[in-house]
Amino acid sequence: MTVLSARGLCKHFDGVVAADQVTIEVAAGERVGLIGSNGAGKTTFVNMITGYLKPDEGRIELQGRDITPLGPRQIERLGVARSFQIPQLFPELSVLDNMLAADACAQGGLSAWQPARDAARRARAEAGLDRFSLREHAARRVAELAGGVRKLLDIAVALTRAPSVLLLDEPTSGVSVEEKFPVMETVMGALDRARTTVLFVEHDMEIVQRYASRVVAFYSGRVLADGAPAAVLADAEVRRHVTGAEA
Amino acid sequence: MKKTAAMGLAVLAALLAGGLLAPKWLLFLVTMSAANGLVSLGIVLMMRGGVVSFGQGLVFAAGGYAAALVSNKLGVSDALLLAAAGGGAAVLLAAPFAPLLARYRGIFFAMLTLALSMVLYGVLMKSESLGGSDGFNMRRPTLLGFSIPDAWSGYALYALVVTIAVLLSTAARVYFDSARGLVALAIRENELRVEYLGASVRRVMALDFVLAAFLGGVGGALAVMALGHIEPQFSYWTTSGEFVFVSILAGHHSVAAVFAASLVLELVRSFSSAYFPNTWQLALGLFLLIVIRFLPKGLGSLFNRFSRQAAP
Repeated sequence: MTVLSARGLCKHFDGVVAADQVTIEVAAGERVGLIGSNGAGKTTFVNMITGYLKPDEGRIELQGRDITPLGPRQIERLGVARSFQIPQLFPELSVLDNMLAADACAQGGLSAWQPARDAARRARAEAGLDRFSLREHAARRVAELAGGVRKLLDIAVALTRAPSVLLLDEPTSGVSVEEKFPVMETVMGALDRARTTVLFVEHDMEIVQRYASRVVAFYSGRVLADGAPAAVLADAEVRRHVTGAEA
Repeated sequence: MKKTAAMGLAVLAALLAGGLLAPKWLLFLVTMSAANGLVSLGIVLMMRGGVVSFGQGLVFAAGGYAAALVSNKLGVSDALLLAAAGGGAAVLLAAPFAPLLARYRGIFFAMLTLALSMVLYGVLMKSESLGGSDGFNMRRPTLLGFSIPDAWSGYALYALVVTIAVLLSTAARVYFDSARGLVALAIRENELRVEYLGASVRRVMALDFVLAAFLGGVGGALAVMALGHIEPQFSYWTTSGEFVFVSILAGHHSVAAVFAASLVLELVRSFSSAYFPNTWQLALGLFLLIVIRFLPKGLGSLFNRFSRQAAP
């Protein structure tokens, strides 16, 4: 069943083509790796899906509903969450308060009198931290955390509303070589348990090969190849323009 | 919430008992610092969302003029009703601007609020029916249907002002600790993430502006009851600056620190103007510099440090 559908997306920035007739259909439960060199249009695609950018042309549907004109807030409420290349957190708040703030937003209504840190909210926030093995960091300020831990927290925060689709923008960028596989294991394990459909932008082909069930390669704003990881990564055009390995 | 309410009641009981022993000059200083502290509490409420209003004189004056006019023109003399009228008038004045101001941050927000307060100042200066630059006097209010005897007028007003200040401070503490209060802190840190979590940043900021207006309006009404006189100076930028001064001195962590900072301002102003009449602002500025140097997060961070040390 198709969860997310992007058809004919176009986006230009002052004459620069960031997206050119991009069409991608994503089925429930897929793990789609989005690859491409810098400026190929991957993050523009993610930004259009999540409502940060509006496409000049094209249509985006979530479970059959047109979400093209909606903003990030409305799209998030419909079940599309994202993490960022540079984790977008609340650096002066503790790890637990980051989760509690996310929980408050997810619950909606933003009560002006119900405590943000009551037992029920705290239990939900701690369960969210447990999914990513972050409980030990609960009392620490985010500004004090290592890169890998911040990445995990960014994703944990994004998952608070239990989205149906999660877009991860370079989940291992800024993460040390030693940390990247443990980080991805933790992330993918949590996403599998939550049965979340995932699209992730990634430059590391080892990560893509190991964790993607499907790969979409971008080049100059276009989809260069789309299919099984082995087939896409072996594609001559992809090797020339994306992975840099000549056939 | 129960713990906050119990603490509020304990503080109120201590203040009411302490007031019976305090000299008149101190009662007046505490009365004024509590009334002004409410305005600064409104700024602190907005500071938690990452913006600072340089124009709270707008709502301070609106509350003050509303209370004085309701008293003089409509014959309403009850202090509680006048305080409510002040808060209500400030909300009515501020609410239409809230959606606009919720779009701005930093210096733009500060300057817009300053501009609004100076527009009101200009209007008040030119309004002969409101006394122009001289303003006008207000009758002494009654309390719960009873007129206040001269001998008790200072204490009665003190009791009223600290009671309202403690009640509103308790409500503010509950708000700061609520889900909305935490999200306001999150907005201060990262608006983009809050939007991507599905909450409306502008809605939170707009409501905070209106709540701050209510606090400022009540503060203005209480101040004019204590002073017995209202004038356009209430809306002048230097008045707004003093509220900002108190807010920075207090920081955004503690409600009690706002009133402590407000009292510090009143004490420094009183003693400095008595002993150094032409240079009291210098003493105030030096004090602020010392606080910024040694307590960059304000007096509230000191309160929090002590409470953490006291915790088991």
